[in-house]
Amino acid sequence: MLATAVIVLREVLEAALVVSIVLAATRGVRHRGLWVSYGVGAGVLGALVVAAFAEKLAAAASGLGQEIFNASVLGIAVVMLGWHNVWMSKHGREMAASLSQVGAAVRGGTRPLYVLAIVVSMAVLREGSELVLFLYGIAASGPGQSGQLAGGFVLGLVGGIALSLAMYLGLLRIPAKRLFAVTGWLILLLAAGMAAQAAAFLVQADILPPIGQAVWDTSRFVPDDSVVGKLLHTLIGYTAKPYGIQLAVYLLTIGLMLALMRLVGRGAYKPRVDRLAGQS
Amino acid sequence: MARLRFLALAMAAGAFCAGALAQDASYTLTIKDHRFEPTEIQVPAGKKVKLVVKNLDATPEEFDSSDLRREKVIPGKSEATIMIGPLRPGAYKFIGEFHESTAKGTVVAK
Repeated sequence: MLATAVIVLREVLEAALVVSIVLAATRGVRHRGLWVSYGVGAGVLGALVVAAFAEKLAAAASGLGQEIFNASVLGIAVVMLGWHNVWMSKHGREMAASLSQVGAAVRGGTRPLYVLAIVVSMAVLREGSELVLFLYGIAASGPGQSGQLAGGFVLGLVGGIALSLAMYLGLLRIPAKRLFAVTGWLILLLAAGMAAQAAAFLVQADILPPIGQAVWDTSRFVPDDSVVGKLLHTLIGYTAKPYGIQLAVYLLTIGLMLALMRLVGRGAYKPRVDRLAGQS
Repeated sequence: MARLRFLALAMAAGAFCAGALAQDASYTLTIKDHRFEPTEIQVPAGKKVKLVVKNLDATPEEFDSSDLRREKVIPGKSEATIMIGPLRPGAYKFIGEFHESTAKGTVVAK
């Protein structure tokens, strides 16, 4: 049961952490719960479909369909996260301002929430399809295990959600003014980590060269398959033995996103400056 | 649209690479009753090799190795190709993540 719980926890953690960051980043936006629920729902449905067609997927592209699929799903999430951050660099300040003013009308609705719903669904889709296959495998491999299976599943699920909830509540303690700056950085690192992971799948598929098998090796201290490793993996893209190309893609993603944010954010609305200018 | 084009490109590239690598040495690993057979595979060090994993069980298994940096789900009653290497001489552990207690093995590079 504990083995099941640990596996479920590891798979749930990644998706749940993404959801908690998205929820924190959309604080105060109307209908965000609805959109995030759509994202989770679409992800779960997609995971079931992917699991059902796992065989076809594995056989696609000369047996490399799975790697390409994983890399594509991650790629979509990276693009959506980047889009969100660029959008926020334009509108984030006015949103933070309206959040911190008590009773101010929250400027929701105009925000492209579907972007984040897609991110959530991609995270759930990827982790969920593996989870579905794993659970199906255990359920099918022997009767009489279903009680253990259910116990482990619930334990892992609750653990993963609890950890993510703790993260979400921690984020909410950040004052509204600073909140979007913090979630912006979190999303930046999240996206860079996902991009690096996509690169690893493309190396596995032999599409990208590794350019250095392991830039460093910290697998003795924080192994990839430990819960802490998984947590760091999701949050900042931690890998015990990164390929050279992963590091390059990671840094490139951060650089590109920051540059785009600067570029688009230059004409952003700055409430303080405007108000001061109006008084003088 | 750009995404679709990328996907098509990636798939074409994948097909190309898989074709180009057909000459690489190939090693077969089977999964039966949630165990790997053989449990130890010897491969030449410093070379790319192809690992064909045949899952004879009806249930899916995930070939997982943090040593080799590979993870791949192999559906029941099917096979998957995993490219590994070039490896430095040494032992590299792998497991079947879905049945960790029984499905274990090692790749030894010499």
